[in-house]
Amino acid sequence: MITVKEVKKSLLVSLWFVFLTFPLMVIKVNPYERTVSWRWSNMLYVAIGTFVISLLAKAWFVRKERRMARQQDSCRSRTPIIQKILQRPGYRYPLAAFLLGAALAFPQLFSTYQANIMTTALMYIVLGLGLNIVVGVAGLLDLGYVAFYAVGAYSYALLNLHFGMGFWTVLPIGGLLAALFGVLLGFPVLRLRGDYLAIVTLGFGEIIRLILENWNAFSKGPSGISNISRPGFFGMEMSLDQAMIYMYYLMIGLLLVTIFVVNRLQDSRLGRAWLALREDEIACQAMGIDKTRTKLIAFSLGAFWAGLIGVIFAAKTTFVNPASFTFMESAIILSIVVLGGMGSIVGVILGALILVLLPEYLRALSEYRMLAFGAILVAMMIFKPEGLIAGVRRVYCYQGRKRNTALKNDE
Amino acid sequence: MDYFIELFCSGLTRGSIYALIALGYTMVYGIIGLINFAHGEIYMIGAFTSFIVATVLSIYGFPLAAIVVVAGVAAAIWSSAYGYTVEKIAYKPLRHAPRLAPLISAIGMSILLQNYVLLAQTSDFLPFPELIPEFAFMEPIAHIIGSSDIVILLTTTVVMLALTFLIKFTRIGKAMRATAQDRTMALLVGINVDRVISATFIIGSALAAIGGLLIASHIGQINFAIGFIAGIKAFTAAVLGGIGSIPGAVLGSLILGLTESFATGYISSDYEDVFAFSLLVLILIFKPSGLLGKAETKKV
Repeated sequence: MITVKEVKKSLLVSLWFVFLTFPLMVIKVNPYERTVSWRWSNMLYVAIGTFVISLLAKAWFVRKERRMARQQDSCRSRTPIIQKILQRPGYRYPLAAFLLGAALAFPQLFSTYQANIMTTALMYIVLGLGLNIVVGVAGLLDLGYVAFYAVGAYSYALLNLHFGMGFWTVLPIGGLLAALFGVLLGFPVLRLRGDYLAIVTLGFGEIIRLILENWNAFSKGPSGISNISRPGFFGMEMSLDQAMIYMYYLMIGLLLVTIFVVNRLQDSRLGRAWLALREDEIACQAMGIDKTRTKLIAFSLGAFWAGLIGVIFAAKTTFVNPASFTFMESAIILSIVVLGGMGSIVGVILGALILVLLPEYLRALSEYRMLAFGAILVAMMIFKPEGLIAGVRRVYCYQGRKRNTALKNDE
Repeated sequence: MDYFIELFCSGLTRGSIYALIALGYTMVYGIIGLINFAHGEIYMIGAFTSFIVATVLSIYGFPLAAIVVVAGVAAAIWSSAYGYTVEKIAYKPLRHAPRLAPLISAIGMSILLQNYVLLAQTSDFLPFPELIPEFAFMEPIAHIIGSSDIVILLTTTVVMLALTFLIKFTRIGKAMRATAQDRTMALLVGINVDRVISATFIIGSALAAIGGLLIASHIGQINFAIGFIAGIKAFTAAVLGGIGSIPGAVLGSLILGLTESFATGYISSDYEDVFAFSLLVLILIFKPSGLLGKAETKKV
């Protein structure tokens, strides 16, 4: 399968990378002590690593081409196994019940520490599902998603600090405020082409962070706001452990609501309009879809979810500061959506679990976390743009006259 | 008045550096219609390479002139190599993919390169060796404009003129303009479009590397994260001038540099980055095609 020619090519690639990474990987200078260290072993790692990766990439492309050739004559698109199982009610409900049971039993079976990590993962799942509406379903690349998250977190922190407002009161307020910001930002920008939206949302995210960092009178600057009260439960006194577990169940509840809403939305008139807008704007307008309004709803709905999670984040950590809302946070959420599969709910859940839990349990690799996120974004786009678990696309295909009439008779 | 002139000069310096980076954005956008998010990172890699080469040479005791030339050339070579490779890996396979795909890939590349430099080198701020000496003849006006400002202005002017010449009169420049106008047509008349795209990335990256060297020696320190903000600002400048237009990028950069300089000088330096972003949002709302750009009409 792998020919000599391909090996030679891969050798050339690895040579090129040895040259490319030479100054940054091999030389390390210490400008204070004026010493130079030459790390030649790195050169070897680069050579071997790029050689293997390049061979693997070639093998992948060969396989993909073959698969495409095979698929050409059958019009049915391949649905991933997980989606196939989920589409059949006979499997779907027992599976969902089992997962729900496992999720509910989790804090009882494992320590509070594990439950706490799971809570974080659940938060990222909901954030991913929120961003999925914007990026995956409506096809609007939002790089400042974290700004809405920050709006939610800070609205709880500030309202709690100044007016002593409780978690349950602020939860909807935080979400609505974030949605309002979404509308305010989206209104001028959504008329523009997709790439501009990406940059403006990126800029907006940075503006929000910089304002939070510099406007000391308003947000207490980089030191942040601490001692935010935890969510209450009918005035019950709770120990720290109990509060953590309560938080976990709260997140499970919110996740269920989110999954339900997102799932219903996708099949609604609005959801179909989003999908159509993602595929072809001009055709959509010709069909009478109000482009700006539809996009705006997607944008603010995504922001609403980020706001909700922001409030929960502030309540969970009881402390917020601007450092939690950098661009990297947006990038992580985007990686979750892209890795899992844009537009696919199951995919986003899986993506969030992988990207949050893996670095948590493989502490040794946490240094390489961001590097891996970057690599995931690039690699997924090149090798598997549909994500780990692709969203289900409805495909209607013509199967010849005979089949059609047969189907009609069945009805 | 002196303060005004001082701010004006520092604004011009800032603007001309932005211009060096913004040109890379605008040229790539003009040709393949992609916002090359990783461009800021290419600039950072240029600055880092020149830092490493310059420090190594100065430790081994080379004369200043040799250090400047070698560091500049090395930065340009390696930055171009990175630009070329990034295009080959992250953008070329996605040339016929939906619009969102190359954009996400570009963001991934930017994060990847940033963290690669962070892991391969360090997360600390590093002192950049002083490459531009204080000239004696500049003494009388040194309180208004520094020697490095003069050097930066002169270098960027020369580089811009060279670029204009390249694009107007050389074979590759003509091919680039043709590709920017209509890629399919360029293919039909026998232009190797892949090669033109590679050339664009190489030229843009080399310009960014020169910008990286100049600004690093001007400010005196570098870090793995400098590319992000610089990239966004240069992009703002490119959009301000009308993305895709080369004179527009220069004009936009100068306006942005002056705005920032005056705003930080007269209003507040805390919000330095906010001005650029606000300017970007304002332009996109009121004149998305930029000052010198052409409004885009899309045919169905």
